[in-house]
Amino acid sequence: MKPLQSFSRKVYSIVIAISILIEVMAVAVNSVSAQAQPTPSDDQVNVVASQIYCPVCQNITLDVCGTAACAQWRESIHEKLAQGETPAQIKNYFVQQYGDRVLAVPPRTGLNWLLYLLPAFILLAALILSVQFIHSHRVTPANSVSEVDEPTKEDRHE
Amino acid sequence: MNDPLAAGAAKTPKKHLPIWVFILAGVILLGFLVLLATGLLLNRQQALTLGSRVEPFSVTSFDGTVISTADLHGKTVLLNFWASWCTTCVDEAAILEQAWRKVSPDQKIVFIGVDYADTEPAARAFLQKYGIDYTNAPDLRSALSQQFRITGVPETYLIGGDGTLSGIKIGPFTSLDELMTFLGQK
Repeated sequence: MKPLQSFSRKVYSIVIAISILIEVMAVAVNSVSAQAQPTPSDDQVNVVASQIYCPVCQNITLDVCGTAACAQWRESIHEKLAQGETPAQIKNYFVQQYGDRVLAVPPRTGLNWLLYLLPAFILLAALILSVQFIHSHRVTPANSVSEVDEPTKEDRHE
Repeated sequence: MNDPLAAGAAKTPKKHLPIWVFILAGVILLGFLVLLATGLLLNRQQALTLGSRVEPFSVTSFDGTVISTADLHGKTVLLNFWASWCTTCVDEAAILEQAWRKVSPDQKIVFIGVDYADTEPAARAFLQKYGIDYTNAPDLRSALSQQFRITGVPETYLIGGDGTLSGIKIGPFTSLDELMTFLGQK
């Protein structure tokens, strides 16, 4: 009887130990998965908000806008970040809702390319024309010495 | 006797850029100026005026129903721009709903609310809170507000059965009488 009782106690202890272990592991897994849920900070929200203009204000990005509407949009950004959406997805959502004009940086598509290319083109053109202008109006030092300062035959005869 | 400077200049002929460079630069700059002018002109376009023809449009309501004005043969359309963050829209909401309940049995006038620059959860909460029953839709990509060149919210437009603009109200309606008069129902 004794060995049997001892065996059953051991089995009982092992079962209890395994149950406790499973409980601890379950708590740990829950804790880890809870930590995996993104909880965006205000800074993270503001990073996205700074890239989006308020749709109803003039030239104010959402991160610095103080209206009730902007507060709603920041909250919307917060919720979307918490749901795991990327800043690009959030910006795309805002474009779908309110149009391209809400983007602080216009997308590089269609006529928007002019915004990026024209300044560079104008700068380059101005640089080329400036070099051309300076070059055409400059008397080289070599010419000055050889052609001007060097005494002519007539000078030497005098 | 000979001008030494002139002699030097003659020996080193000026190098000019090819003419096509100047033409290309001119064309590109001209194009840029035309674009700028077009943008400015579009911005300066006046708001719609009474009697002007309203291009047909369609909206997709919050519950997914698509309404196209082209399908509303001969019916008058009341188009109200609003937003949940707009405080004066709150006062107007009850008046609009009362008017809608009065005119909807005749089925001659269609009310369409257009939610301007808003978030959908806030808009839905607004509609539920004030018991708005008529069709409401988000102004996706701000297309409709641009078409009507609204200057803010609330603004209300009345489109007659012939497709022309027959009423404009900038700001909120302050009484049911005022709205019914606007609708020509008084």
